[in-house]
Amino acid sequence: MSDEGGTGFSLCSRDAFSRREMLRAAALAVLASGTLPLADAQEVHRIAEIEGLYRPKALTPHEYRTLAALADLIVPADEVSLGAVAAGAPAWIDLLASQSPELTDIYTGGIAWLDITMRRRAGSDFVSAKPDQQTALLDLIAYRKNGTGELAPGVRFFEWARKMVVDGFYSSPLGTKDLGYMGNTAVSKFEVPQEAIDYALRRSPFGK
Amino acid sequence: MTQVLTELGIQVTLLEAGPMLNPSKDFKEHWWPYQTPDRGMGPGGSRYFGKSPYPFGLYDAGFGDWQLEGEPYTVAPGDKFVWYRSRIVGGRTNHYGRISLRFADYDFAPYTRDGVGTDWPITYDELAPYYDKTESFIGVTGSKEGIRSAPDGVFQPCPPPRVHEMLVQRACKQLNIPCIPSRLAVITQPTHGRPACHYCAQCNRGCVSASNYSSSQVQIFPAMKTGRVTLIANAMARELITDSSGKVVAVSYIDKITRTEKQIKCRAAVVACGACESSRLLLNSKSSRFPDGLANGSGQIGRNLTDSVGYSLSARIPALEGLPRHNSDGMGGMHVYVPWWLWEKKDLGFPRGYHIEVGGGFGMPGPGQFHGLCARHEGYGKELKTYLRSQYGTSVGLAGRGEHVPNPKTYCEIDPEVVDKFGIPVLRFHFQWTDNELKQARHMHETFTAILETMGGVITRPAPKSVEGDGISIGGEIIHELGTVRMGNDPRTSALNKYCQAHEVKNLFVADAAPFVSNPDKNPTLTINALAWRTAEYLAEEMRKGNV
Repeated sequence: MSDEGGTGFSLCSRDAFSRREMLRAAALAVLASGTLPLADAQEVHRIAEIEGLYRPKALTPHEYRTLAALADLIVPADEVSLGAVAAGAPAWIDLLASQSPELTDIYTGGIAWLDITMRRRAGSDFVSAKPDQQTALLDLIAYRKNGTGELAPGVRFFEWARKMVVDGFYSSPLGTKDLGYMGNTAVSKFEVPQEAIDYALRRSPFGK
Repeated sequence: MTQVLTELGIQVTLLEAGPMLNPSKDFKEHWWPYQTPDRGMGPGGSRYFGKSPYPFGLYDAGFGDWQLEGEPYTVAPGDKFVWYRSRIVGGRTNHYGRISLRFADYDFAPYTRDGVGTDWPITYDELAPYYDKTESFIGVTGSKEGIRSAPDGVFQPCPPPRVHEMLVQRACKQLNIPCIPSRLAVITQPTHGRPACHYCAQCNRGCVSASNYSSSQVQIFPAMKTGRVTLIANAMARELITDSSGKVVAVSYIDKITRTEKQIKCRAAVVACGACESSRLLLNSKSSRFPDGLANGSGQIGRNLTDSVGYSLSARIPALEGLPRHNSDGMGGMHVYVPWWLWEKKDLGFPRGYHIEVGGGFGMPGPGQFHGLCARHEGYGKELKTYLRSQYGTSVGLAGRGEHVPNPKTYCEIDPEVVDKFGIPVLRFHFQWTDNELKQARHMHETFTAILETMGGVITRPAPKSVEGDGISIGGEIIHELGTVRMGNDPRTSALNKYCQAHEVKNLFVADAAPFVSNPDKNPTLTINALAWRTAEYLAEEMRKGNV
């Protein structure tokens, strides 16, 4: 994690980033020291993202909270990395939406659909529903096979949310680290580790 | 051209239609997606709606687009053509793929060989010394292979194949297809004061250390240091002015900053605006002596337009799932490629051939890369996250670049009704693939399928059935458009002689890919350079003798 903290700070030095990003970079740097347990760390980010530091530009606070909940359901924290909220995916989506009425409509419409549907199913809006109620609905709308009939708008919206949350996560420093990308650096000699060659050949039709 | 002329002591004024290039400011070589607010999806996420402000990805150094504001082109009804233009010092060489392949001996005599197309007025042996000079000067990787379709040159060592490239090589070996070290204009050894490649894979973003070739950094900037170059930026050439003897005496250009017309006198004019733009300038340079455009007595200017045939196919390779992580960046492009290997076969059903480019590895993560996997896998949560991690770096892509034979339905001309924002008449394109190209694309599909399946990949896409929208590239899309001011020995069928000098105008030369007589399955830039070098020496000698 240490190079992520470093990247965050060097970003700030480009003057293009706000106090919010500086605070996020600081939070990442704290995380980099590895002293916070994962769940606590995730909570720090949830609070920072949802309650404190980020003021949504396109979405209402309620819509933004719903998007954030959805984002961490799509790309949650696991043993390798933190989740989509910590990576700033909802803020990125909100930023793009603030520049596009078409995109804003997709999110406001989709989130309203989630709320209406959840109220019908569980008597509360999406973000207030219990985790198992949330996942029960996602288990339906996360698949094209349910894409006809009354779930169709939800399936269509979830495709948008999934690809954009995934994009927001993997284009962040956290996502880059999660994938194990080790490039974008200067090396004097290009070499391929024998371990990687052996691994691929062993598993390939060519054998060793 | 500029570099050779200035070395020979000649004063050169360069007219550039775009701004000056400042690599340290303009090149964003090592930037991450998150250093731009939209991260590459465009303001408002425009790429999600099919519109990208970054046609070749965020930070690409093409500094151009398929459409330039206020500088339109038109396409004849029913035809499809796209035209990528860069307006900046160095133009498209700032971002291109750096693939540097010599034409084969037989590429210079296509008509003699199979009765299709037209022979060049020069042979491989005449151009070979200039290939040598060019490769020595700009630096090209490669290995001596002794393959007739891919003549050996002056090479620097190519870095070793990446893991997926090793699998491609194994598959090719089983299929009896050659797969050899890449020939890229990237230096792997210090060359003429330029440091060796640092292997960050971002060649298309422009190289801050000038370790790949671009005409701006490798030729123009060093030539400027001789003191013999005057560079006029933001100068859109409009017309070449001739005197009563038919010689070019001046270039009229629009100063884009002030939108005023200016003229600069010249002893000789070298046109190198990119093939189509060069033909546009000549066609727009009309006079009573040259009513159909300057040096266009043959009527050939604008004709014989070709692009490369493009087809690509990719597959997930299960052997690469969970591959131990390592830095696989390397040079900005493949480390191995497949030269055309069936040049002796006469029964393919189509003339000429193609080469194969290889893509894959652990690329810099960015938005968009997992759209296909998300759609395929569906679901969400930890399981999706684990799946995406396992699939990262498993995609291997093959892209074919084949020869397009000139045909009478493919050309550009001046659109009589449309001018650009400077009042300059624009080009109208006509473009048709023929059965030759479609059959070639099908052959590519079969070959790529065989290679990817041999590696363990699964191909579900069917072979292209028809030209329209079925996999074969759109005309112009491969950005190898050329041939529109072709050279030849006969002034009735060509605009330029064998030195790229206009048959009708002795002090007019063309030094881009417009003089090409055919468009072999080799990317044009290396041959543009070799030909321009030869033209520059000839021009300097003719000036010395007082003939120009």
